[in-house]
Amino acid sequence: MKVFMLGWEFPPHISGGLGTACYGLTKGLDEIGVDVSFVLPTAIPVSADSHITLRTPLSMLAAGPGKGGPQMLGGEAQPAHRFEHVQFHRLRALLQPYATPHIQEQTLRKLLELSAQGKLDLPENLLPKELAEQLAAIQPPTQLPKGAFAPGAGAQYAGDLMGQVYRYARLAVTLSRMEDFDVVHAHDWMTYPAALAVKAARHKPLVVHVHSTEFDRSGEHINQQVYDVERAGMHGADRVVCVSHLTRSMVVARYGVAPEKVRVVYNAVEMPDGDGLQMKPIRLNEKIVLFLGRVTMQKGPEYFLRAAKKVVEKYDNVRFIMAGSGDMITACIREVADLGLGRYVTFTGFLRGQDVDRVFEMADLYVMPSVSEPFGIAPLEALSHNVPVIISKQSGISEVLTHALKVDFWDIDEMANKILAVLRHPPLQKTLRDHGTIELQKFSWRDSAERLREVYQEVVRA
Amino acid sequence: MASVVFYFQVHQPNRLRRYTVFDSDTSYFDDRQNHDVLRKIAHKCYLPANQVMLDLVRRHEGRFRVSYSLTGTIIDQFRRWAPEVLESFLELGQTGCVELIAETHYHSLAFLYNRDEFIAQTCQHRQMMQELFGQTPRIFRNTELTYNNDVAKVVEDMGFDAILTEGADHVLGYRSPNFIYNPPNCANLRLLLKNYRLSDDIAFRFSNRSWSEWPLTAETFARWVDQINGNGYVCNLFMDYETFGEHQWADTGIFEFLRALPNYVLGSRKNDFLTVSQAIQRYPTVGEMDVPHMISWADTERDISAWLGNSMQANALHDVYALADIVLATEDPVLIDDWRKLQTSDHFYYMCTKWFADGDVHKYFNPYESPYDAYINYMNILDNVRARAANAGVRV
Repeated sequence: MKVFMLGWEFPPHISGGLGTACYGLTKGLDEIGVDVSFVLPTAIPVSADSHITLRTPLSMLAAGPGKGGPQMLGGEAQPAHRFEHVQFHRLRALLQPYATPHIQEQTLRKLLELSAQGKLDLPENLLPKELAEQLAAIQPPTQLPKGAFAPGAGAQYAGDLMGQVYRYARLAVTLSRMEDFDVVHAHDWMTYPAALAVKAARHKPLVVHVHSTEFDRSGEHINQQVYDVERAGMHGADRVVCVSHLTRSMVVARYGVAPEKVRVVYNAVEMPDGDGLQMKPIRLNEKIVLFLGRVTMQKGPEYFLRAAKKVVEKYDNVRFIMAGSGDMITACIREVADLGLGRYVTFTGFLRGQDVDRVFEMADLYVMPSVSEPFGIAPLEALSHNVPVIISKQSGISEVLTHALKVDFWDIDEMANKILAVLRHPPLQKTLRDHGTIELQKFSWRDSAERLREVYQEVVRA
Repeated sequence: MASVVFYFQVHQPNRLRRYTVFDSDTSYFDDRQNHDVLRKIAHKCYLPANQVMLDLVRRHEGRFRVSYSLTGTIIDQFRRWAPEVLESFLELGQTGCVELIAETHYHSLAFLYNRDEFIAQTCQHRQMMQELFGQTPRIFRNTELTYNNDVAKVVEDMGFDAILTEGADHVLGYRSPNFIYNPPNCANLRLLLKNYRLSDDIAFRFSNRSWSEWPLTAETFARWVDQINGNGYVCNLFMDYETFGEHQWADTGIFEFLRALPNYVLGSRKNDFLTVSQAIQRYPTVGEMDVPHMISWADTERDISAWLGNSMQANALHDVYALADIVLATEDPVLIDDWRKLQTSDHFYYMCTKWFADGDVHKYFNPYESPYDAYINYMNILDNVRARAANAGVRV
């Protein structure tokens, strides 16, 4: 069985998320002997061991190459796995996971800046000349009239991201003609046009993998173009794989996909090597409650902060850490100031590599207050570092993880109630941790890969 | 001859209401839910089962005898929400064929933590049985049939004649639960052990269609009882009273089975029904039974891991008994009663994580979504109890 896989970020640099899932699934497939031709987008020519790519999120880029650009802060998170059955192909396209038209525009702007300063060598045909001129003429976002970056508004901006998506599709088809494979597997919406094109060109069955939907990412204010691409991908595919039943229900209800076509393959987690599970030293200083993820609407950061306010009113030997960055980061900082929580909350900015491990090792509790989480790998990563978790009931992982505290994301009273219980009662923390780390064993990428192989066999047979 | 010794446990806990760390009022119990559960079970089980028992007692003219224990907590609930059920139990008590057995008033695990509490609660229960039924119990059973040699000693000192517990394989060894034993170092106290195979045939397997003996008839069961002859004296069938109508629903035929059983058992002309006291008067003990570690009738382990299997349970039990001195010192009957209701073993059962992921028996009876929620809720309430006791002290 050979798979033409359109994926992301190899190896992943970010905790949780699309890249981690792709990595885990591919590793699992490799372990069970499935051949994979792994295709991923790269904007800038990279040598094998360089780490400068557009896979860095915007905040890293904003810092410039001097700070956390080429050298990874904190070092590599995962030791390299020897892939026996996977071949990698990098296609020149300006795509990154979780891009929105706004982020795309900002990324492009930054690239142009760096290129103008001579710090970066942008290939010419990546950016059409007209586009570069258009960008140069744009005022900084804060001065634009309201609504200019609203989803759906301004086709030229959305068109830029879409432009890259279709460019990627053309490149993928070209590559696919040179490859031999049985099935196409596409991860997340930006690869769907490429996947549909490859399916049409090579007459091979297609499996699309829904890691999140536009509704998860944008609530009810979806970008119509993105929705259309998602829907086209799902309908054009032979099978739709979702990361949870929660997501499956959304796919069936909101995208009109026939239920028989939709499968659920849960994500899993990479278990750290033996020395990752160190015993934590007994600390007498403050307890640490951790939020780690993109600071964006989907992840519910404001609920975390409001619950924090209620917690410190009853228990003040605590520190809330918000690790991550995103479009809501400024709003969150402001919220902390307004709530008078300044001395209890720490913003670390974006963390990667071993800094992620370190912050997990320090934490007494991990909270995932997501508004709509298709799966949620991060709580598993927390448990693999011996950190008990509170998870939103509106998440895919709450379907399968039993040894966790669960709460409705909007219920800040209950969230605070549970946070306080963990902080004040060590036996609760201990029991959650003990049972959670055992339960972790049932999440294996290998099992997910086996499930995927069954799906592949279904579509190839048909 | 083989004697069937039926013993039925009748109990409901006072389930707690949702209580967060921000709550501070002193009503801890979800009376709405407790009321609804009680009325439902009264309708499905207590009333119809009592009716069957009364009919059987009358029909067999005194040869059908059974034993019950009713906890203080459920009697309190009957008084408040189902007085007709209490009436029907009282009627059973008047027949002279029903023996009442003592236990801790609040169905608690006090023996493990506070000997004085254990004795106080047992005396309270014994007194209630005397007042209600005109019977002073001579037989004792500890909460969930928890038992070991130490329990026997204390119970003997309290003047009881016999104690009931589980016929756990790991203490019986090659021996049979169909005999009466005595605990070590006890001059008078006798020990009756539940025959779990036959008891569970009725209490659990009765409606299980994939069981080789399904459907179980009274005739077949009476034959199994008969087979004890030559190899035992008593057939100790100890079970939850809710077996009749709630665990085994009426449509399984459980009431018909119960109705028919005495006919077949008595029809053998060899076998009969006895209360516990009657059994120990008639039959001798055959030997000493040494039980150094706690056993119970719960789960397959037959130990106390269902209530004391993880740190949360251990912590909660420790903390509730740690409040004994300050709570009792307040001499506030409402506070003391609340504190004792919080000792009911069910609260700790809900915190059990043993087979949480498998979602089995434990989950069916659990009003909480998870054992962690049970623990959090309980500890928040204990905080309030502690605060009340502390404040009462300050006032004095």
